Amino acid sequence: MSLLEIEDLMVTFTTADGDVHAVNGVSFNIDKGETLAIVGESGSGKSQTAFAAMGLLAKNGRASGVARFDGKDLLSMSQREFNKIRSKDMAMIFQDPMTSLNPYLRVSDQMAEVLMLHNGVSKKAAITEAVRMLDAVRIPDARARVTMYPHEFSGGMRQRIMIAMSLLCEPRLLIADEPTTALDVTVQAQIMQLLGDIRKDFGTAVILITHDLGVVAGFCDRTLVMYGGQVMEEGSTDDIFARPTHPYTSGLLKAVPRLDKDEGELVTISGEPPDMSNLPQGCPFSPRCPVQLDRCSTQRPALETFGDRRRACHLPINEVT
Amino acid sequence: MLSFIVRRLAVAIPTLLILVVLSFILMYAAPGGPFNSERPLPPEVLANIEAKYGLDQPFWKQIVNYVVSVVTQFDFGPSFQYKDRTVNDVIAQGFPVTLTYGFWSFVVAVTIGVSLGVAAAIKQNTWIDYFAVGVSIGAQVLPNFVMAPILLLVFTLWLGWLPGGGWNGGQWQFLIMPVIALSTSYMASIARITRSSMLEVLNTNFIRTAQAKGLPMRRVIWRHAMKPTILPVLSYLGPAFVGMITGSVIIDVFFSTGGIGQFFVNSAFNRDYSVIMGITILVGTLTILFNLVVDILYAWIDPKIRY
Amino acid sequence: MFPNRAAVEGVADSMQLAEVKGRSLWADARIRFFRNRAAVISLIMLAGVAAFALFGGALAQYEGDYVDFSLIGSNAYLGVPSIETGHYFGTDSNGRDLFARTVQGTGISLMVGVIGALVAVIVGTLYGATAGYYGGRVDGIMMRIVDVLMSIPFMFVLILMLVIFGRSIFMLFLGIGLISWLDMARIARGQTLTIKNKEFVEVAVATGVRPSKIILRHIVPNLLGIVIVYATLLVPNMIIFESFISFLGLGVQEPATSLGALINEGSRTMQFGYYWQIAFPLFFFVATIFAFFFVGDGLRDALDPKDR
Repeated sequence: MSLLEIEDLMVTFTTADGDVHAVNGVSFNIDKGETLAIVGESGSGKSQTAFAAMGLLAKNGRASGVARFDGKDLLSMSQREFNKIRSKDMAMIFQDPMTSLNPYLRVSDQMAEVLMLHNGVSKKAAITEAVRMLDAVRIPDARARVTMYPHEFSGGMRQRIMIAMSLLCEPRLLIADEPTTALDVTVQAQIMQLLGDIRKDFGTAVILITHDLGVVAGFCDRTLVMYGGQVMEEGSTDDIFARPTHPYTSGLLKAVPRLDKDEGELVTISGEPPDMSNLPQGCPFSPRCPVQLDRCSTQRPALETFGDRRRACHLPINEVT
Repeated sequence: MLSFIVRRLAVAIPTLLILVVLSFILMYAAPGGPFNSERPLPPEVLANIEAKYGLDQPFWKQIVNYVVSVVTQFDFGPSFQYKDRTVNDVIAQGFPVTLTYGFWSFVVAVTIGVSLGVAAAIKQNTWIDYFAVGVSIGAQVLPNFVMAPILLLVFTLWLGWLPGGGWNGGQWQFLIMPVIALSTSYMASIARITRSSMLEVLNTNFIRTAQAKGLPMRRVIWRHAMKPTILPVLSYLGPAFVGMITGSVIIDVFFSTGGIGQFFVNSAFNRDYSVIMGITILVGTLTILFNLVVDILYAWIDPKIRY
Repeated sequence: MFPNRAAVEGVADSMQLAEVKGRSLWADARIRFFRNRAAVISLIMLAGVAAFALFGGALAQYEGDYVDFSLIGSNAYLGVPSIETGHYFGTDSNGRDLFARTVQGTGISLMVGVIGALVAVIVGTLYGATAGYYGGRVDGIMMRIVDVLMSIPFMFVLILMLVIFGRSIFMLFLGIGLISWLDMARIARGQTLTIKNKEFVEVAVATGVRPSKIILRHIVPNLLGIVIVYATLLVPNMIIFESFISFLGLGVQEPATSLGALINEGSRTMQFGYYWQIAFPLFFFVATIFAFFFVGDGLRDALDPKDR
């Protein structure tokens, strides 16, 4: 049994301008200790997939389909039931460390309450554990700094605190939603290194949500590419990078600037991201696809499995470059 | 923290002095005032003022005299209207009354306003929310001078439940209508501010983090959302305080409660300038002190403010 | 008593956002505004009240200051609102036609509200923009003055001034306008601080445009959204202010009248059963205030489409 199973997940938001279909039938699994990257541009539904799994969708959003954690159905859970597994079994860190910590509470209080709630330990013991965890994420002088307020830390430090906080109960799954996007490049590398170490030390399964292919390589076992709220393709990270089987993935890979080749101009994927309240009938990528077929705009390609990979494209594999 | 308070006081004290000097200049310039002889004052009153300020003294000396006696002795001088009373007598009589119903109005406005606002935000788009929004919009168009007659009409004239005015040492029957009339519109504003502030806070990333930690909703609200929610309410309390003190004039007129508002209005019509000035300065002092307390509270709650 | 500052400031943020997105903010805002049913109904209601104040006089059968002596003393029976007598809203306890007086009172209240708000907004915007544009020590001193003025209970000072200098509509406008420019000044200053770092201002500075011209031509127009919203929300507050003063008998002088003065009279004769004398002015008062609040809220939401 997989740790997290997502099957045909749909997420819809009701807005004044009509329904927005953020996620349209996403399926994937992740096993214990595994790392999965979910890659896609902003608005591809990757974050909303994670929020649905954590029960953190905005009030006007609703999820349908199947989402199971350790065999337990997530979508039918009440908030009270969710609270028992959040942070304890399944933790999440967010994109913007500058605003993700409560600016009005000391770091010690914010960290201690997690342990006091889930493990029922005393405040003193909780703070000792919090300091130990801050040491583990390499916050210098953690014992003295734990009583500071978040605004007294830099962005990178705050993300470390977020990571430490999410690991306090040693969850089995950590969802990292663009954990490095808001940070400087050097700090990005440090955070990714830290996540890698944590995965080794704690055996935590990690879902890394990102739009940055550079972050994925070397960190994740498998990669899932999303577009327009749907899965475009999935496979081992090495395979995806070496032999993309979807025109969108290959477009993404070509758009990564490389230092080892002189390409002159930056390559981009032409066109606009799709309007999620009014998706095309066929493949969501078809309006931008350089190699689209006639049926691409009318018929949505099914997600087909072959070997250890999956893809959703009408074009035969050997024709994708 | 101490230096923060000291710095605030350093602003507050000149403000007060400006207020005192400004009032005195206004009074001096007033046509028909005691300092020009358009209207003959009763000789006893004139003697009182003469003894106090020395009308033959130059203008600046009079100001200095006034300011010194106000600041060092809290002495606002003799009334221009009554020969046997000083401004301090008037204040001593009216101020406790104003303070009593003002205090209760403030307590009612803040407690009910904040609770209603929080409840409405948590239960957004339920009947509680609609009720709270409805009440606060309704109350906004019913300022105290509209509330007061309506209350009188219903509870005194129609139902006969409550006395139509008076004070009677502050018995509760005499307190109810003044407090309701004075507090309603501020209660409504506080509820509105609390509601929108809470809704905004509930949408922040750090609340999402708190939820992702598995905290129960109750703890998320009280521990994580309450402090930032209350800050805009706190900023509003200064203006609300001024508004309530101003509103006390209406309350005194309507319910004959005998607070300083009543004396203020009477003095305004009788041109009893020293009483008007005395009350204005008293109210100004209270306002400045109150704002000082609000500032300190604000700095205490918000760790990002450096003292 | 004043509109919530934070709520108004959101408008400017979203205006800058819209600018980045390259969409026409005003066109978008118009669509959003007209989708807001409460705001549209309020706008129509406001037009109705304004029409009543402007043209209601033509319908009145009596002059507002005409006293029907035959009615005095028997107002409870003879002064009842009726179509036949031509006293559509009845008469007041002095035998004057309440319809004509309500028309006049509504007009004066609207005028005081609008002019008061205009004074406040103009003074406040210019002051705030100047402080924000110059920055540094000038800004420090100018805003400190605002801080100091804010902690003075102005209603008392205004009453003091009305007593000393005598009552007049001009005094009232001035007093009310001067009380309420402070918040506008703070808002305008805050927004100016962000605007002045924009490229178009820097270009103007670099090409040697005079500061006064930069403030008037480049900064103030960019504050327009915020100013409109704030002004709309300020008008009802001004009307309440004026009513408060008139209620104390320090506002407009007889025979002229305002809604506040009419409500005052009505509340005094209520106990004799002349309910119409308070009901009609109160209705127009409440309708006007309601309408302005909803239109202001609608404008704010239209210009700042954040969910509140």
